[in-house]
Amino acid sequence: MTTALLARVGRFAELRILLVVVVFAGAMTAYDPRFLSSATINTILLYLFGYAIMACGMTVLLVSGGFDLSVGSVSALAAMVAAVLMKDPSIQLAWPVAMLIGLTTGAALGLFNGLIVAKLKINPFITTLGMMLLARGLTYIVSGGIGQSGFDPGFCSLGQGVIARVQMPIIISLTLVAAADLLLRKSRFFRQNYYIGGNEQAAWLSGIAVNRIKVLNYALSGTLAALAGLLFAARLDSAMPNAGEGDELKVITAVIVGGASLAGGKGTVLGAFLGCLLLAMIRPAISFLPIEDHWEKAVVGAILLIAVVLDRVGRRG
Amino acid sequence: MNDPRTVLQGVGLSKRFGVVQALDAVDLTVHAGEIHALVGENGAGKSTLINILAGVLRPDGGRIVLSGREVRLRTAYEAAQAGIAAVFQELSLVGTLSVAENVLANRQPVNRLNLIRTAELRRRTRQALQVLDVDLDPDALVERLSIAERQLVEIVKAVSASPRVLLLDEPTSSLTRRETEALFGLIRRLRAQGAAIVYISHHLPEVLELADRVTVLRDGRHVATRPAGDITENDLIRLMVGRELRDIYGQRGMTERGTVPRLCVRNLSRPGAFEAVDLEVSAGEIVGLAGLVGAGRSELGRALFGAEPASSGRIEVDGQHVWPRTPTAAMRAGIAYVSEDRKEQGLYLRHAVRDNLVAPRLERFSNRWGWLRDGAIDAYARRARDRFGVVTPDVHQPVERLSGGNQQKVLLAGWIGIEPRVLIADEPTRGVDVGARTEIYGHLRDLAANGAAVLLISSDLQEILGMSDRIVVMRTGRIAARFDRDQATEQAIIAAALGADGGGTS
Repeated sequence: MTTALLARVGRFAELRILLVVVVFAGAMTAYDPRFLSSATINTILLYLFGYAIMACGMTVLLVSGGFDLSVGSVSALAAMVAAVLMKDPSIQLAWPVAMLIGLTTGAALGLFNGLIVAKLKINPFITTLGMMLLARGLTYIVSGGIGQSGFDPGFCSLGQGVIARVQMPIIISLTLVAAADLLLRKSRFFRQNYYIGGNEQAAWLSGIAVNRIKVLNYALSGTLAALAGLLFAARLDSAMPNAGEGDELKVITAVIVGGASLAGGKGTVLGAFLGCLLLAMIRPAISFLPIEDHWEKAVVGAILLIAVVLDRVGRRG
Repeated sequence: MNDPRTVLQGVGLSKRFGVVQALDAVDLTVHAGEIHALVGENGAGKSTLINILAGVLRPDGGRIVLSGREVRLRTAYEAAQAGIAAVFQELSLVGTLSVAENVLANRQPVNRLNLIRTAELRRRTRQALQVLDVDLDPDALVERLSIAERQLVEIVKAVSASPRVLLLDEPTSSLTRRETEALFGLIRRLRAQGAAIVYISHHLPEVLELADRVTVLRDGRHVATRPAGDITENDLIRLMVGRELRDIYGQRGMTERGTVPRLCVRNLSRPGAFEAVDLEVSAGEIVGLAGLVGAGRSELGRALFGAEPASSGRIEVDGQHVWPRTPTAAMRAGIAYVSEDRKEQGLYLRHAVRDNLVAPRLERFSNRWGWLRDGAIDAYARRARDRFGVVTPDVHQPVERLSGGNQQKVLLAGWIGIEPRVLIADEPTRGVDVGARTEIYGHLRDLAANGAAVLLISSDLQEILGMSDRIVVMRTGRIAARFDRDQATEQAIIAAALGADGGGTS
């Protein structure tokens, strides 16, 4: 009886991370009730919306045994491409067109990653590390090293608009997370990633088009990174060549804290989102506590290590 | 050619791997409503042929004709779409997913939005499991299952697609008798429904019991196809090896038993695995450890080797107390263990034969600064290859390119190479052909004759009876019976393994 119940509870892979998030938020609220104010929640969600969007693609990749280090650079390049297309006096494209081109840029770079990884069997770490540097370099080349701002209000409203007192980026990211979670959990197409990440040979023998799905995963990751970058630029009304630097590691950290594994085969978007949430709570928490800001990185690192150690210990038991 | 019963036909199928011609213009014709057995030694080309028919490998030459139409099977999926399902020797399961998701991989029931209907998935899986009389939870994670259970899942997966042609590559190698019977029942039912079944097995009595026709391959060539009723086991063996094999188990050595047993185990326990095990093996002796899959035999072997240490009791080697907590410690005490799962736990498949041969004893091949002496390794590897009859032109070949029997010889050679005082051989001939088996038996006998104590864990009763000086039977973690070779019979061992009431305890 109890074991069956435990097994059922254990199947909710996100339970542990959910508990940690709840306990963390509860402890902070007990320490200072302002922690759970709508202002703080808003801050947290606005801080993490880009990470949450990128985490959707990253989770799919990690589940399938893949990996993408280029999301930060790709997000910056996509935003910069769109910004230059909108602002350059000799071009001045309408913002929806520029934005579409920005998204396409992300998709194309992701597709390129995917083709190299899937068709040429080159390690995703190496491939996307190369893409990370390449895209960052291109961002500087495209921008001439300077930022762009003063975008069309229509574009800015994507990042600054408010619907029913909720900021647009929050609405967009939460919608994406919900959709991605459902798809990865339930849809036959996305579910194939668990087979590929769990045992690629078995997936292939079961008739899963392994390579095609891998390529699509990277394209998806690139597209979502581009979207995050564009929304970020819209929110700040500014595209900077150094935007999104280091985001890839934050996203991967959050996804792994949320239960995914570099070995592939496990992880959910909900877990990844909770991972983002946990990491995003640290900065405001530190501002409430009488400690210095430098603690943030150390705490994030400690959480990542604790998460993977707990995961390993839990699996033995 | 134009027999209306013909469902699947391979014509002139050929396949070459590097220098090895694995399949040389082989013809195979399978009828609807027929169980067609495929036999031959390892390396004869059976698995290659099945892999071609299943769309996993593409032939270099030849054609595949399915129901009168030539087909090209580029992937396993295309084969499945065409109605050909396969149960592979290499398990094609995903450990991190549930039984249900594996059984219906890529065939999950979905609603209009292409979302998986979980309840229906579970229901269909339960149904498929029931058809095969398999008692497994559809929600259980495959990585938590035993090898035998995984094999059953694999079979259920293939059969649940209701294929026109079912290819089975050694499906019973790790099944209990009851599970085997259930599988046979199912295969016969599929035959009655008109399916064509191609069945690979090394277990010849099983082949003759089940099959309608038998095709024998040798060295990648078609040797004969005969009705099973017209042929005896000896005929088959003669066709397979091209020579007569008498006693494949060899003759017992006449070594004197010492007064102190080489290996002495007292009251050894690990909760959940085995309990209060007493066991002695003398120098020069081969003790067979029989029992059902899951009776705790492998767990005992792994405990003696320190892989999963026991929690209480006493282990002595030559009267010295030893308590191995790691394989390294066990090896230092002179204990070697040949794993039952050579692909997962025994061999470095992608590495060269020579590297595998010296893996358990690298320190003997390094100089005083810790550098490996390549020349010495190569020379040793060639000697070992010749001594153990490993068929490979080059000891630098990756082990994964060798046939199962040759892989097993490499594994055994590596462990015998450390000159163990105690050798635990766990299913040393599983999935190994008659010829290689005879050689493996010879090596075990030689090792015993040279004074080692050999503990032979096996599910093959013929092997246990043929090889052992004494036989110990385990049941649900405890020792259920002990026999001297003269008293032991197949019936007595089975009765002890199942329990006095004769009911299944697996």
